[in-house]
Amino acid sequence: MSIDLATVRRIAHLARIDIDDAALAPMAGELNQILSWVEQLAQVNTDGVPPLTSVVDAELPRRADVVTDGGYPQDVLANAPRAEHGFFAVPKVIE
Amino acid sequence: MSDFLALTLAEARDGLYRRDFTARELADAYIEAMAAARALNAYCAETPERALAMAAAADQALAAGNAGPLAGIPLGIKDLFCTKDVLSQASSRILEGFKPRYESTVTANLWRDGAVMLGKTAMDEFAMGSSTETAVTGPVTNPWRGEGSNKNLVPGGSSGGSSAAVAAKIALGATGTDTGGSIRQPAAFTGTVGIKPTYGRCSRWGIIAFASSLDQAGPIARTVRDAAILLKSMAGHDPKDSTSINAPVPDFEAALSGDIRGLKVGIPKEYHTTQMPAEIEALWQQGIAWLKDAGAKIVDVSLPHTQYALATYYIVAPAEASSNLARYDGVRYGLRVNNGGGLHDMYAKTRAAGFGKEVKRRILIGTYVLSAGYYDAYYLKAQQVRTLIARDFAEAFKKVDVLLTPTAPSSAFGIGETTDPIAMYLNDVFTVPASLAGLPAMSLPAGLDKAGLPLGLQLIGKVLDEETVIKVGGVIERAAGFAAQPKPWWRS
Repeated sequence: MSIDLATVRRIAHLARIDIDDAALAPMAGELNQILSWVEQLAQVNTDGVPPLTSVVDAELPRRADVVTDGGYPQDVLANAPRAEHGFFAVPKVIE
Repeated sequence: MSDFLALTLAEARDGLYRRDFTARELADAYIEAMAAARALNAYCAETPERALAMAAAADQALAAGNAGPLAGIPLGIKDLFCTKDVLSQASSRILEGFKPRYESTVTANLWRDGAVMLGKTAMDEFAMGSSTETAVTGPVTNPWRGEGSNKNLVPGGSSGGSSAAVAAKIALGATGTDTGGSIRQPAAFTGTVGIKPTYGRCSRWGIIAFASSLDQAGPIARTVRDAAILLKSMAGHDPKDSTSINAPVPDFEAALSGDIRGLKVGIPKEYHTTQMPAEIEALWQQGIAWLKDAGAKIVDVSLPHTQYALATYYIVAPAEASSNLARYDGVRYGLRVNNGGGLHDMYAKTRAAGFGKEVKRRILIGTYVLSAGYYDAYYLKAQQVRTLIARDFAEAFKKVDVLLTPTAPSSAFGIGETTDPIAMYLNDVFTVPASLAGLPAMSLPAGLDKAGLPLGLQLIGKVLDEETVIKVGGVIERAAGFAAQPKPWWRS
């Protein structure tokens, strides 16, 4: 499975990272180097092996479905690059 | 007191409790040393005013007789921890100017116990690296240099600012985080002690996320005892982290009994790699001999899937990172790049300008292995191999109490020397397996190589059995008698 330039463009779009056309080929080379290295996992027989999703044998804790936090919009907005009228402000969406 | 900086954390704590000196005097000495060591670039933000205020509070508590166990102890805090009203950037441009309005649980625990914050320590951007060369504030330099050499070396990574600060005695201890070796490898490169506890021992709340199923906080310190003292304060159940383990926190310092008679120490044969330098193999054998002399029983064990651990890690960690780092979009905090092109353009331009090369590489790899059509071939496969790696450890721990291995396959290398990503990833070959299995592990200095640079040994324990790791670490520390120190070339 080798990544071509169109694939790099597609995953960069999925990841919302702008990449110059000139940078596509070097990035494809680096990604292919890493992917061909991790492909060694294909040698391992994993038939019937469950995926490990949690290293601690703990049940996910539950709690009552009630509001336990909040009520400080100033703190939430304090680091926003732009905030207006108590909201995060973003550029106009033109579709 | 002529030389505050020479005291270990345990000695400083005891001196403060005896009122031999004040927290203010200790803080002054460290603030001065920190300012005189800027050539190392270990701190990305210094907070001397806060240190003095916290030291004053510690002195009051000591006078009143209600001081906490870390009263007046000056610490460096890795930039991955959110610290209220203090820059917390994960050493990334994308979090430019970010001052959290809240405090991470681990640092809050340290302040509750009376510790003093000297500042934030630099790290590889978003903890992705093994050299601390990718910090937005520039590379950190290892206080250690080779015998007769002026070459600047890396302090390991990603917690390289913390390891450099402890080694240079510009912090009495420091916090680190370890996802695949980011506490242990920098500890090995700087002649310091680093503990990555069991996954879930320390709360991840308020720690900027990299790979959530692997990230774990722990201490870097000068001695095993100092690291044990810090870990006790850092650890504990936290309802705000659903993966936090609800188990009592032992008195880790009390584990240092020195008695390991009859204890079974496993030596995993797969860690004897052909590429390993003879000096590191020899140090490992020396470690085995020390433990035998102390009455431990040495048992050969096998961890058959070790060779697949790094490749597994480099699928799982980027996949989780690509998801975690999706939040940096120029809307809620940090950098925004807006050239008038609309919302989607702002996202893509902000992320292009804000993330460094390695972070972008990992986000793209992670996005790819999670994308439709590739998920099973890469991500699911890696999660299955991760099960096999965890089972290997479970099998080994039926026969032994603890494992002994080298920490890293080399000593510290030069800044700018390792440019190939995979060559950099190989630094973590001995530390990644324990991370994937969530096990506690420690690196401690055990000797010097030919060039006069520190080398570390690693101990890996059973789930929630940091105490055995610390106990055995104490025995190796005493046998090794590691007393070497870097020459203070950096002092201005």
